[in-house]
Amino acid sequence: MMKGALGRFFLKRLALSLLTLWLLSVVVFFGCQVLPGDPARAILGPLADPRAVAALNQKLGADRPPVEIYLSWVGGLLSGDMGQSYAYRSPVAPFIGSALVNSLKLAAMVFAIVVPIGIGAGVLAALRAGRPLDRVISVAGLSLTVIPEFVSSIALILVFAVILRWLPLSASWPPGSGPLVQIQHLILPALPLVIVLFGYIARMTRAGMVEALAADYTRTAVLKGLPWRTVLSRHVLRNALLPTITVIAAQMGYALGGLVVVESLFRYQGIGSLVLGAARAKDFAMLQAGILTVGAFFIVTTLAADLLTTLLDPRLRTGGRR
Amino acid sequence: MTDVTVSPPVLELRDVSVCYRIRGRAVPVLSRVSLSLGKGEVYGLVGESGSGKSTVALAVQRVLPSNGYVSGGQALVNGRDVATLDRAALRQMRARDVAMVFQDPGRALNPSLTIGRQLAEVFEILGSAGGEALRRAEAMLERVRISAPARVMERYPHQLSGGMQQRVVIAMALAKDPSLLILDEPTTGLDATIEAEILDLVDTLRREFGASILFISHNLGAIAGLCDRVGVLYAGRLVEEGPVRPLFRAPRHPYTVGLLRCLPRPGLRKSLAPLDTIPGFPPAPGSITAGCVFAPRCGLADETCRTVDPPQVELGEGRVSRCHHHDRIGSLPHEVVRPLPTAPQPAEHAAGTPVLELASLSKTYGAAPYAVHALRDVSLRLMPGQTLGLVGESGSGKSTLAHALLGLIAPDAGGRMALDGATLAPEVRRRSPEQIKTLQIVFQNPDSALNRSHTVRRLIGRAVTRLGGLAGALREAQVTRLLEAVRLTARQLAARPRQLSGGMKQRVAVARAFAGNPRLVVCDEPTSALDVSVQAAILNLLADLQAERQVAYLLISHDLGVVRYLSDAIAVLYLGRLLEVGPAANVLDGPHHPYTEALLSAAPSVTGERSGRIRLTGAIPSGINPPSGCLFHTRCPRRFGPICETEEPPFVADAAGHAIRCHLPREKLGRSMAAMPA
Repeated sequence: MMKGALGRFFLKRLALSLLTLWLLSVVVFFGCQVLPGDPARAILGPLADPRAVAALNQKLGADRPPVEIYLSWVGGLLSGDMGQSYAYRSPVAPFIGSALVNSLKLAAMVFAIVVPIGIGAGVLAALRAGRPLDRVISVAGLSLTVIPEFVSSIALILVFAVILRWLPLSASWPPGSGPLVQIQHLILPALPLVIVLFGYIARMTRAGMVEALAADYTRTAVLKGLPWRTVLSRHVLRNALLPTITVIAAQMGYALGGLVVVESLFRYQGIGSLVLGAARAKDFAMLQAGILTVGAFFIVTTLAADLLTTLLDPRLRTGGRR
Repeated sequence: MTDVTVSPPVLELRDVSVCYRIRGRAVPVLSRVSLSLGKGEVYGLVGESGSGKSTVALAVQRVLPSNGYVSGGQALVNGRDVATLDRAALRQMRARDVAMVFQDPGRALNPSLTIGRQLAEVFEILGSAGGEALRRAEAMLERVRISAPARVMERYPHQLSGGMQQRVVIAMALAKDPSLLILDEPTTGLDATIEAEILDLVDTLRREFGASILFISHNLGAIAGLCDRVGVLYAGRLVEEGPVRPLFRAPRHPYTVGLLRCLPRPGLRKSLAPLDTIPGFPPAPGSITAGCVFAPRCGLADETCRTVDPPQVELGEGRVSRCHHHDRIGSLPHEVVRPLPTAPQPAEHAAGTPVLELASLSKTYGAAPYAVHALRDVSLRLMPGQTLGLVGESGSGKSTLAHALLGLIAPDAGGRMALDGATLAPEVRRRSPEQIKTLQIVFQNPDSALNRSHTVRRLIGRAVTRLGGLAGALREAQVTRLLEAVRLTARQLAARPRQLSGGMKQRVAVARAFAGNPRLVVCDEPTSALDVSVQAAILNLLADLQAERQVAYLLISHDLGVVRYLSDAIAVLYLGRLLEVGPAANVLDGPHHPYTEALLSAAPSVTGERSGRIRLTGAIPSGINPPSGCLFHTRCPRRFGPICETEEPPFVADAAGHAIRCHLPREKLGRSMAAMPA
């Protein structure tokens, strides 16, 4: 019965997610519709003959009523067709695919760096709560979080790529590079995001740790006569990290979709720069598909975060009833 | 001073003082406390919140908060000074010699580990391997009388009831077979019957295990029932100590006398006399530097008391008092001396319109086959100016009833609620403003019921505007009137809840409820978060307001003393069903329903006589699968035949309106041997 209740909860969340995705498609589509300019004008250029523009619009189907265009677009999406890019005169899907893979690589790099040091710093700060080390970590985390990516990006480029020349300037690696070279290229673009996320994760961990350290069950564990290490690993960390894990999972979506600045500064072919380019070129099909992909990823990670929290916390997993 | 005995006391405190460092200042919370516990002895430490009683426990185990430190004296466990133990020795002491049980078992257990895992850990520390530890853990659960230990082993703490959780914590404590067991308020927050069960369990286990017990509690009844000796702690000082019976029978310190007088004992009723209280408030730690700490609140205090710290006086027979006037305690004046309030005559009200009438009220949660009947066919009447006490264990439906009344949940179709004769809609938004004004509530915990960021003026003023429809000068006048009615002064108007004591906060909550001149106030455990002396003052306040304003109370409480003091009628709920209802005196004196009889006998009293206690065996049945026939038959000590299991007993009332749902004829039902009204 409890299992059933949990299943129902997730079906409900899934249905809500699909609804969100549909709403997003509506907003994205009609948002593009109100942008000035039409596809044929974008293709043929500002100096083209208006009659040629009208003819091409008709050929592209862009002169139909918006609802009709929307329906055929959604119909295409459902059957796996993301449409044609006007700028590249070819299907959108392969562009989205390779950009998504690149973005995922960058996001993976970000989390591989920030999760261990963020959690580590948070745990350390909590264990030294109120002492100088805690102050340093907390203040550093907070200050770093408020540095915008474009500021830290430029500073990092200057220091590590231009002055010290330790790392390559561009995030794009030469074609056919092995994983090591790719990682080398990814470190620099990952750092600005690490800087933003570090403070967030460290503070979250610290708060969870402080609460768990002060909890009655921790005192119980200490009074059992357990060694401090065992108290920490078995009783404190387990409960302290629950909220942090959720936060990390929820931040995945941000790390994927929020990289526009970083990707364009480092000339990285991720989904952010793809969407930015499409918006500049009024390449509507690409723009819509890109935004929808980012949105879908956001929704999936949020759902995954919820699922993870539920699975990790027995109070939620077992339905919270006696 | 050297004490050359053969075996040292299990616990000995020698002039222990503890300070907390608060904003750079050292604030003393314990001052020169000395006590000792022999082998197998049970020592009760009694005191109100802030008296420092929990600090004693924390100091013994060296787990004081990070700003706390022992500023003087020594604590010795089995003759060894705990302050001198190095890290390994301290861990050894915690692992083998001293065990501790705290107030809130739900929080003492790790929420993300199974019971089995947490319990087995204790044996692993003592050197058992995995499988062996689990086996011993299961055996331990059996020893604390948990009926299906294998199943409980796989559970998580939140899946167990409060009573079960506390059993697990006790099992965890006793698993190491400690020489000293410290119980810090182990039954606070548990139901009366569960509390009695836990106290029984501790009493039995103490014999089985032979551990010495330091029992810390504010519950005088629990201490009286369990302990050999008792120490009374006030403002960080041990003011009186001695064997428990003589000390409670003839206390020799004015504070102990005051505490005992505050209790709503059998025989005391709101219509007879107000409860005695202790005037004033406990001093802020460290604020009294000269003389006796209790002097500002003491009716016997004179110039000596205010200047000279009273010495510890040996009174013989192991009794000690820290009072200059220990020899004339009997002349301590009563704090509350007032004429009897004019008792409302029940007879004259019985004819009028009831302020509240419930007819066939039911509430079912969920759908068949998992439906839980939280309330079954409950019919009740409450007359203006009277109190209906609602008693029953957790899960009996008390809260469901209150929530239905307040419009927070909708009862099943078919029942009827009427306020002053007019039907009361199930949803609060469909009720008239007049009805909302008429029906108010006072919650158990004023801390969570009051908005922390508002001042008292705003808290009460808002209620006056919303419920009384007053503004401007009229509103201010009404706020002042309410403030006076709950015995607060204008000084408190600008204060926010955190600047007030627990009792003051509850007064604000009461004032808020009375803002619209209600006719019926639901009091949901109004005093269970409060200390004994504060409880007495709030009960007096409720009784006075009732006499002045003819307001009716629906009183929900698991403390039978409170129910007895305030109620005109009592209803007993079990699994959502009324088992007994009637005038308070008839329900309390009997004949009782067997369930009521068990509830009454479970209540601890300061005389410490719980010999006639009726033990209910087995847990409360699940609401999903209720027993057939009489709902109570699975636990009933008076079950006499198959009829109990097959047929629901009729609910018949006698001439006085006292109804009992039992197959036994009235003359065979139990009667209370409680003391007659004095």
